Amino acid sequence: MTVTLTPDVSLQISGLWKTFGDFVALKDISLEVMDGEFVCFLGPSGCGKTTLLRAIAGLDLQTRGTVIQDGRDVSALPPSQRDFGIVFQSYALFPNLTVHRNIAYGLENQGRTRSEIRARVAELLETMGLPDQSDKYPAQLSGGQQQRVALARAIATSPGLLLLDEPLSALDAKVRVRLRHEIKDLQRRLGVTTIMVTHDQEEALSMADRIVVMNHGVIEQIGSPTAVYRDPVSLFVAGFIGEMNQFDARVVDSGRVRVGQSEFCCRTHDHEAGAAVVAAIRPDEIVPLGTGYRPSPEDVNCEKVTLADMAFLGSFWRCLLHSEDFGREALMADFPTNAVRRLSLEAGQDIHVSLQESGLMAFARDV
Amino acid sequence: MSESVAALPKGGRVRAKLDRDDVMMRLWMVVIALYLVVTLAFPLYAMLSKSVSTFRFDLTWFEFQVSDEEGHFNTAPILASALNADLDLYGETDLATGSDGRLPATTFFPEFSFRSPVMYRIRGTVDDATFLVGSTRHQGREWVELDSNTFRRVQLRPAASSGLDNFRTYFATPALSNSITNSLVIATVSTIVTIVLAFAFAYALNRSCARFKGFFRLVAMAPILVPSLLPGIALVYLFGNQGMLKGLLMGESIYGPIGIVIGAVFFTFPHAFLIISTALAISDARLYEAASALRASPWKTFWTVTIPGARYGLISAAFVVFNLVITDFGLPKVIGGQYNVLAVDIYKQVIGQQNFEMGAVVSVVLVIPALLAFAVDRFVQRRQVAQLTARSVPFQPKPDRARDRAWFACCAVIAVFILGILGVCQFAALVKFWPYDLSLSLNNYRFDLMDGGGWASYYNSIKMGLITAAIGTVIIFFGAFLVEKSNGFTTGRNIFQMFAMLPMAIPGMVLGLAYIFFFNDPANPLNVLYGTMAILVICTITHFYTVSHLTAVTALKQMDREFEAVSASLKQPAMKLFSRVTVPVCLPAILDISIYLFVNAMTTVSAVVFLYSPKTSLASIAVLNMDDAGDIAPAAAMGMMIFYTNAAARIIHLALSRGVMKRTQAWRFR
Ligand SMILES: Nc1ncnc2c1ncn2[C@@H]1O[C@H](COP(=O)(O)OP(=O)(O)OP(=O)(O)O)[C@@H](O)[C@H]1O
Ligand SMILES: [Mg+2]
Repeated sequence: MTVTLTPDVSLQISGLWKTFGDFVALKDISLEVMDGEFVCFLGPSGCGKTTLLRAIAGLDLQTRGTVIQDGRDVSALPPSQRDFGIVFQSYALFPNLTVHRNIAYGLENQGRTRSEIRARVAELLETMGLPDQSDKYPAQLSGGQQQRVALARAIATSPGLLLLDEPLSALDAKVRVRLRHEIKDLQRRLGVTTIMVTHDQEEALSMADRIVVMNHGVIEQIGSPTAVYRDPVSLFVAGFIGEMNQFDARVVDSGRVRVGQSEFCCRTHDHEAGAAVVAAIRPDEIVPLGTGYRPSPEDVNCEKVTLADMAFLGSFWRCLLHSEDFGREALMADFPTNAVRRLSLEAGQDIHVSLQESGLMAFARDV
Repeated sequence: MSESVAALPKGGRVRAKLDRDDVMMRLWMVVIALYLVVTLAFPLYAMLSKSVSTFRFDLTWFEFQVSDEEGHFNTAPILASALNADLDLYGETDLATGSDGRLPATTFFPEFSFRSPVMYRIRGTVDDATFLVGSTRHQGREWVELDSNTFRRVQLRPAASSGLDNFRTYFATPALSNSITNSLVIATVSTIVTIVLAFAFAYALNRSCARFKGFFRLVAMAPILVPSLLPGIALVYLFGNQGMLKGLLMGESIYGPIGIVIGAVFFTFPHAFLIISTALAISDARLYEAASALRASPWKTFWTVTIPGARYGLISAAFVVFNLVITDFGLPKVIGGQYNVLAVDIYKQVIGQQNFEMGAVVSVVLVIPALLAFAVDRFVQRRQVAQLTARSVPFQPKPDRARDRAWFACCAVIAVFILGILGVCQFAALVKFWPYDLSLSLNNYRFDLMDGGGWASYYNSIKMGLITAAIGTVIIFFGAFLVEKSNGFTTGRNIFQMFAMLPMAIPGMVLGLAYIFFFNDPANPLNVLYGTMAILVICTITHFYTVSHLTAVTALKQMDREFEAVSASLKQPAMKLFSRVTVPVCLPAILDISIYLFVNAMTTVSAVVFLYSPKTSLASIAVLNMDDAGDIAPAAAMGMMIFYTNAAARIIHLALSRGVMKRTQAWRFR
């Protein structure tokens, strides 16, 4: 079999299926990962992220489909004959070996001398910010430190592919945010192709070059963080990443939908006129226009609402809006703090808001 | 979902390419599985087929012709069956026999004289008919002509067939089948008594602030260190014909059910105590807080919280004890008197009457209750494990003087019983002649003057114990590692697990007898092992395989599942992970397995009683044989030697575990 690849494709997965008895865990997954790219698998619990990662590693073989790494078909190869380093959620550090020996584990039997190994471990400990921890046992380290040791062990042999399965989920929130940056930074410096599994959208948005959004064993969308956030292709992606107001609407004609008694400009994608759809908009795409605002005929997507509730969340206010068109469902809107100050908004006021045209999207109803 | 499965593209499933480690691990697993097949499945099969093979003399198979005084054969040949009918010699049941059955041909000729000049001819009427002339075997339809002096030495051999006749005979013979009831009664009564006592003891240690808990815990475990027949010997001294407490029995004899039950309570106590104690230790304190908040009376709390919380432990302990008692051989052999039980019946049939088929039949009968008890125990254990993983808060008892004193008294009584049994044996071993001359002497330790193997048997036992512990630990732990940690090969691994569980369900007597059938078969190349130390070691490893295997599996399961994946991703061989991480981390469990094997090898009687040879006699067998020969004091002395040896082994094990913990388990302590 001849494999033709553009030179910078690191990993190519095609037609990959995985079944457990009658249960289909992965359904026809196809995906390419470029050299040096940081890709996140994102999706709700049980959607098959770990299963896909383990198939890539060869730990649990796929039922059908091929995995090609650096031009080599590794579909059926055991993990020992593939080229990757891996960090598990549990870290799987060897408890009876010191930090030094954990990191050195993969460097042995590779034709390296003792002093080379020692130097390499010292270098890695330095990189990881753990220079004086080398004689401790894993149980004597904090969660974040264990995480770094596991990472150091995985990259010690300079693998071509780094696989991370929810590496941060066992840590508390602060450490998690710090490590996000550290991992991303490290990855950029080493230039190692990395796949990370997570169900935390913030993590994916802040770290990934590209996000693979998965649901029920299929890929819903692949794209950059801004693309999946701004232009979700399905209601699932729209709802899963970030917050989203959703309401029933009907397409009037291309670019216009009717909600309640009003019509709005909207990205209707390719829905036909007359189709029943779900219109969606993010809270930060609703812009406050103030109490005394008088809408002019040129104004599109201007809506009169009642400011039912406001909660201060630091850089913005989360507000609940009621309006006749949107019925009983409240709209959620995030108003910047300075806008609220400028317009002197208070709960109970009737105000006008603008639903940004570029932020209002129509999706097919989920079945 | 199944419709999506139908959407799978055509074509074969992706087949894993195996790396060298995978192949090696599978190969080793197959090797150890084969070991289990050869040392367990084959012998059991041999026994089963023995139990359904029957032998009877078929008299229509043999034909005789008798000459006149001059040696001329004038009369027509006549069938043995016709002669039998004429003479009315043997009925149908008389013709049933064993594999060794021989019927002298002369019995069909009442006027036979070996001095007479009359000549005899004999032949078979079918090809399979076999008879012996002296020790020469003849088969087939050829006439064999013999003078009367030689004819005297002609013996007919039975015809073999298979069927359930042996079982019919068994159930038609009350002397044999009554043992079923006896065994069940003994096991049931012993179980009830042991469970009640062990529960009280465990309850006192877990739920009260009674003093000396550590000491009591130690005493409770002591019976594990001695052979089950030792309490029998102590009971003989206390309640036997010359016993000093004989009066307490009010005319009843200790030889029989009473003795067996008391002895059984002694040797099963630690097993029941351990299981119930664990069950009580894991039950949830929050339930007690709730109960006291609801102002439930202590009595009600006991029945609605304590007992349900410990129920799996109680059930499991009950079946373990039942199984131990019904399969035990040593104790009823020593103290059973005329009261027959199944395990002793096997011994009597095989050693006493050389009736191997009937021994096999009794074995099959004995396996059934043992198998049932085992199955229930496994089922319950699984439930208990599930309970264990729940997050519960351990119960902390609060002092209460009156109650604590009562529990202390209860523990003290049981401790006195256990220590009393051991003390009596030690005392009897050290006095000159119980009960007439109580001055001390070491005469009873001159084992070389008695039958039973002498001191050599003691050293044999230690040797056997050490070899069993060393080899057994390696095989069992490695096997458990392979089955727990290799990839794929699900069917193979399930089969292996099943084999590993089987030994626990097989009573020792049954295993030993099965070994005779399998290893003593001249057609089996492995029969070179028969009568050697090797077969004792193999038998003991197999006999105690299951508990050791489960210990290993539990330890292995506690290790992170991803170690193997990490190691493979780092391109390191599986064996490096095994030696550098798996073994060191599991070292405490490995030491536990080896001490378990050693102690059991020292005390076991049941399986090896069929397999030892004069050169490989064991201490526990010597106890049995000396007791049989009436040398009861030396038997007690040897029994106590086993006790001290095992106690010493345990202390060494403890010290070793501590040392090992310090050196290799530093990571456990922060
Ligand atoms: N060995 C298995 N046997 C049967 N079903 C399995 C097995 N492993 C995974 N599954 C199923 O496959 C689906 C995907 O599992 P997977 O572990 O990949 O989920 P995940 O996306 O990683 O979820 P999480 O975020 O909770 O880790 C789940 O529904 C799971 O129940
Ligand atoms: Mg997962």
